[in-house]
Amino acid sequence: MAASAASSSWRQPSVLPGLGLSLGITLTALSLVVLIPLAALFIKAASAGPAEIWAIATSPRTLAALRLSFLGALFAASINAVFGLILAWVLVRYEFPGRRLVDAAVDLPFALPTAVAGIALAAIYAPNGWVGSLLAPYGIKIAYTPLGVMVALIFIGLPFVVRMVQPVLEESQGDIEEAAALLGASRLRTIFTVVLPPVMPALLTGFVLAFARAVGEYGSVIFIAGNVPMVSEIAPLLIVIKLEQFDYAGAAVIATMMLLISFALILLVNLIQARTRRKLGDV
Amino acid sequence: MSVAVTIEAIDKRFLAFQALRNVSLDIQPGELVALLGPSGSGKTTLLRLIAGLEQADAGRVLFGDDDTRDLSLRDRRIGFVFQHYALFKTMTVAENIAFGLRSRPRAERPDGAEITRRVKALLELVQLPDLERRYPSQLSGGQRQRVALARALAIEPQVLLLDEPFGALDAKIRKDLRAWLRDLHSRTGHTTVFVTHDQEEALELADRVAILHEGKLEQVGTPDDVYDHPATPFVCEFLGEANRLPVKIVGSQAFLGDRPVLGGLTQNQSGPAALYVRPHHLKFVDETPLSIPGVVEQLRRTGALRRAEIAVAGLTKRLDLDLTSQVAPAIGERVRVKITHATAFATA
Ligand SMILES: Nc1ncnc2c1ncn2[C@@H]1O[C@H](COP(=O)(O)OP(=O)(O)O)[C@@H](O)[C@H]1O
Ligand SMILES: [Mg+2]
Repeated sequence: MAASAASSSWRQPSVLPGLGLSLGITLTALSLVVLIPLAALFIKAASAGPAEIWAIATSPRTLAALRLSFLGALFAASINAVFGLILAWVLVRYEFPGRRLVDAAVDLPFALPTAVAGIALAAIYAPNGWVGSLLAPYGIKIAYTPLGVMVALIFIGLPFVVRMVQPVLEESQGDIEEAAALLGASRLRTIFTVVLPPVMPALLTGFVLAFARAVGEYGSVIFIAGNVPMVSEIAPLLIVIKLEQFDYAGAAVIATMMLLISFALILLVNLIQARTRRKLGDV
Repeated sequence: MSVAVTIEAIDKRFLAFQALRNVSLDIQPGELVALLGPSGSGKTTLLRLIAGLEQADAGRVLFGDDDTRDLSLRDRRIGFVFQHYALFKTMTVAENIAFGLRSRPRAERPDGAEITRRVKALLELVQLPDLERRYPSQLSGGQRQRVALARALAIEPQVLLLDEPFGALDAKIRKDLRAWLRDLHSRTGHTTVFVTHDQEEALELADRVAILHEGKLEQVGTPDDVYDHPATPFVCEFLGEANRLPVKIVGSQAFLGDRPVLGGLTQNQSGPAALYVRPHHLKFVDETPLSIPGVVEQLRRTGALRRAEIAVAGLTKRLDLDLTSQVAPAIGERVRVKITHATAFATA
C-alpha cells in the first residue's frame, strides 16, 4: 500500500518538470564534492584502529583544542548575533552620513584574505599595537591568548549575521510598529514582541553560518592566537600540525570529531529553525 | 465613549510637496465619515494625522476638547486598521487581538481569564469564532481584515480609523463586508473615519462624505448632498459619470450653441459655463422645447441598465444616456433628448 502510494506520487505530473534529471545531477555533484571526500575521511580515520583512535581523541591536547574551537566559535557567534543585529538595525533604520561606507565595510571580512586579517588584527591587538597598548596598562592581553582567538572569530563572522538579518528588517514594514504603538505598547515591548520575533529565523541562520565559519577558521586565527598548546591552539591548527608530522590518521581522527560535532550542532539548530518557521507560514 | 473629532486648518508638507492644504473637518460623536479621493490626494496622510502618526505643520486636531498634541499615542485611544492590516505574523489571532489589552500598564490590565473572554467576544463580533489559534498567514484576506478590526476594537477606542478597509479584497467580499461594517457601526457606535477611493463605497456606507483632491477638501456633506449638489466640477466627475456640455448661460437659461437646453437656473451666473448631466438625467422625449436633437450611435449594457450613446451636432463627445424603459431606439435613429437635472459651473 504505502509503496504504491509513494510510487504514484513520485510519478505525479508537476508544473516543474525535470525532477528526476535535476535530482540526479544534484546528487552526483553532491557525492563528488562532499560525500566521497567525507567518506574518505572516515576511512582514513578508521585505519588507525580503535585503541589508537581513542588515544588521539581523548588526549588532553586534542580535547583542549576542540574545546577552544567550539566554545570559541559559539561565543563569537553569540557576540556576532547581538552586535550584528544591532548593526543591521542601525543600517536599515537610520540615515546618517557615511551609512553607505559602513554598509560596504561590513563585507570586508568576507573579502579580505584571512591571513591579511590575521596579521592586521595581531598588529592592532599586540601589546605594542594601537588597541593592545591601551589595554596593556590594565593587564589585559588580547593577542596571543584565547581572547585573541575570539577577536579573530568575531571579526570573520560578523558579515554573516548582518547580511542575513538586514533584508528581513528592510522588508518588515514600519506599520507593525505603528500598530503596536497605537495599541499602547511601549517602545521596548514593541521591539521584543513585534519587531524581533519575525527576524529570529534569519538571525538563527546568521548565527549558524558565523558559527560554522568560526569553527573552520584557520588563517586569521593562527596569527593572533600565539598557538600555545593547551591554551590558544585551535583544532584546525592541530590538524595541520599532525599533517606536517605525516600523522595522517591522527589528523583524520580530529577532523572526523570536528565534523561530527559540527553536524550535530547544525542539525539541532535546523530543528529549532523548522519549528519557528512553521509559525510564520511560508515566509 | 465616542468622541467628537475636530480638525482645524491642517497643513502638511513632505519636503517641498504640499500633501494637505488648510483642511478643516468637524466629525460628530458616533458619526461614520468617509474620506474619499483619488490615489495620492492625501487621504492616508489625513488619517495618519488624526491618529498622531504624522505631525501637522499647521493646525490642530481635537478629540472632544482635548488638543491631541498633548496626548501620547496610547492615551489617544485610537483603533487604527492599516491598509495592509499590519497583523503581527508571529502571533496567533488571539494574541494579536489581546495585544492591546496586554500592553496596558499593570494596574489597568485585565487578568488572563478576562482577556480570553474579551478576545472570544470580539471574534464573535467580527464573525470569526474558533480561529483563535490560527496564524495570520493561515487566514484569507477578508479574515485578516476582520482580525485587524477586532484588534483595533479591543482597546475600546474613542475613534476608529480605517485606511482603505476593503482595498485589497475582491468585489464580492467588498460588498458583503460593506453591509457588515455598516451594521457593526450601528451596534458599536464608534466615531469612525474610513478612507476609500471607491465613490460607491463611500456613498453607500457613510453618514457624511469628505472629498479630497490634491490635498484640499473639496466638499463635505451627506451622500445625497454631494451626489446631487456637487460643489465643484471635480466632485461631480469623481462621484459618477457625467456628460459635460459647454453652454452659455443667459438669465435663467442655458444655451448649447444658440439652442436653449435647460431652463429654470436659479444661480445668477450669466456667461460661459460647463453643464454636467448624469446619464440617468437624460431622457428621450418627443418634440418639446429645450430638447436636443441627435442620432443614436451605440447601444451598450452597463450592469442593470442599458446605455445609449448619442451624437449631437456641435459636441465632440457623444452624450451618454441611461435607458429607463425596455423600449430602445435603434442605432442610427434620430432622437430628441431632454435634460431633467444638471449642475452648472461657470468656466472662465
Ligand atoms: N512620508 C512621505 N514622504 C513624502 N511624501 C509623502 C509621504 N507620505 C505621503 N506622501 C505624498 O503625499 C501624497 C498623498 O499621499 P497619501 O496621503 O498616501 O495619498 P492617498 O492615501 O490619498 O493615496 C502623495 O503624493 C504621496 O506621494
Ligand atoms: Mg492611501
